Amino acid sequence: MKRMKTLFALGVIFALALTLTLVPAMAQGSGKPGTITVKGSDTLVRLGQRWAEEYMKKKPGLVVQVSGGGTGTGIAALLNKSTDVCQASRDMEKKEYAMAEQKGVKPVRHSVALDGIAIFLHKDNPIQVLTLGQLKDIYTAKITNWKELGGPDKRIIIYSRENNSGTYGFFKEHVLLGRDFAPEAQTLPGTASVVNAVGKDLYGIGYGGIAWESNVKHLSVKKDDASPAIEPTLTTITDGSYPIARELYWFFNGQPTGEVKAFLNWALSEEGQKVAESVDYIPLPKDMAAKNMIP
Amino acid sequence: MDRYQFKPKSKVREFIGEKLIALTALAALIGIVLIFVFIFKESIPIFVDKATQEEVTIDRMVFKQTFYEDEDAKWIWQPNSDIPKYSLMPLFIGTLKAAIIAMLFATPLGVMAAIYTSEFASKRTKEIIKPVIELLAGIPSVVLGFFALIVLATFLQNAFGLTFRLNALNAGLALGITIIPVIFTISEDAMTAVPQSLRDAAIALGANPWQVSFTMVLPAAMPGIAAGIVLGFGRAIGETMIVLMASGNAAISSLSFTDSIRTFSATIAAELAEVVFGSPHYSVLFLIGTLLFVFTFLTNLSGDIILTKLRERLQGRMS
Repeated sequence: MKRMKTLFALGVIFALALTLTLVPAMAQGSGKPGTITVKGSDTLVRLGQRWAEEYMKKKPGLVVQVSGGGTGTGIAALLNKSTDVCQASRDMEKKEYAMAEQKGVKPVRHSVALDGIAIFLHKDNPIQVLTLGQLKDIYTAKITNWKELGGPDKRIIIYSRENNSGTYGFFKEHVLLGRDFAPEAQTLPGTASVVNAVGKDLYGIGYGGIAWESNVKHLSVKKDDASPAIEPTLTTITDGSYPIARELYWFFNGQPTGEVKAFLNWALSEEGQKVAESVDYIPLPKDMAAKNMIP
Repeated sequence: MDRYQFKPKSKVREFIGEKLIALTALAALIGIVLIFVFIFKESIPIFVDKATQEEVTIDRMVFKQTFYEDEDAKWIWQPNSDIPKYSLMPLFIGTLKAAIIAMLFATPLGVMAAIYTSEFASKRTKEIIKPVIELLAGIPSVVLGFFALIVLATFLQNAFGLTFRLNALNAGLALGITIIPVIFTISEDAMTAVPQSLRDAAIALGANPWQVSFTMVLPAAMPGIAAGIVLGFGRAIGETMIVLMASGNAAISSLSFTDSIRTFSATIAAELAEVVFGSPHYSVLFLIGTLLFVFTFLTNLSGDIILTKLRERLQGRMS
């Protein structure tokens, strides 16, 4: 019995000591030399990871940590100075610029790739083309049945993204023209989940980066009734004819220097842009890439 | 008998040991109080801050509002909008719907399983069933959520021809699986605690095992079952991962069990990561956290009170 009591007392003391030593250690966080942290958009996270892998092969000893979480999360991290690079699939909002100024952070923006927002439908859905106006009506629940678009007499199930997503913000601004998503829109945590959900749902519709296809089909989109229907492809997005395309950005706190600057310039180089193309993102046109490099 | 006598070697050591252990017990208490104070503190701007009140007030969180002239008054949760809309009602309805479905599913199963295990099962069977059901409580909720998202949702949609694949029913059933062990364990304990003398008396009066279980044990253990249900309900309200994955997360105010829902807990989990620190949206999320905290605290408290009362009553009968 005495031994047990001693053991127990020892255990209590050990646990207390452990807590006391661990707490300050955990509070320190990142910021080690030779490490670049990249955080933000879920749309960009795959590209960021590929870039990091390739770049670390070229620069042994350098560690690039890439994580997602959404553009909003990345911007919050940039404002809290806990990331070197913030990947964003939309521009920062006025509110966020104001917050940055308050916190003494100077956001600097560089475009790193292009992306088209594809509209996903189930493979067996007969609809092939929609106009931007029809998309807006679907997502604001003015059109709720496929019948109204020439499809089967079935309710349209709309899939959307969580509101920390840059894709959500871009879609809301450019397709819904600022109006709210219908409350019926189901919000999912990433483009991969949207693709998965639409792939399982014959009457579903979703949206997301064109790098995801797998088991859904990409709809062709018309700007208005009179314009031609454009399929989202490399060419149509690069030349700007596909109506829902956007630039993808990296934000920094102040103009980057040293390792971070070298990483940016490499990502914008021909080699870096090839990597982007290999994972189905759209590379920047050459003159645009050159403009975004830091001499 | 000598080896059972404790002789402290030093009074100082015993004093320190006792205080250390008291401190650890106190730490949990202080922790709970501090957590509550912190969560509530972050939601205070809703009640006092003028700038925050321009965007959100208690009124606007509870009553239907008109936002656009061409629309009727509605409850809408759209915090990231040109006109932010913070109605808590769709979330409240969603939370309640998921919890009610979970209870409707878990209560009969949990209570019936408890009756069987405590009254009918042989000792051997009991030794297998009890740990297995309690093992259910150990399944990580993210695994259950994943199961509901991929397997259960497809099954339910095909079986009942549901419009929405992810809906309240799907989330509620998955939630029910986590509630079953709560109700089962507490009900079973309460039934086992019913004194054997009562059963013997009933059998002596000619009751068969069925009558003993349903007319004698069940009513005697009713407060315990009630406590299990209350505690299970608290768990269902607070559970996050399952509803986040399996409910569709659409803030719809409807009474249909096959519509998608968005719950309080899932809303916090989905939105807190991106919210601007100190904004009205941030305060509202913390207010939701406070509500959840108070609610689960009350359910746990009342569950505990019922259980203590029951224990006293049964012991009183025995003496």
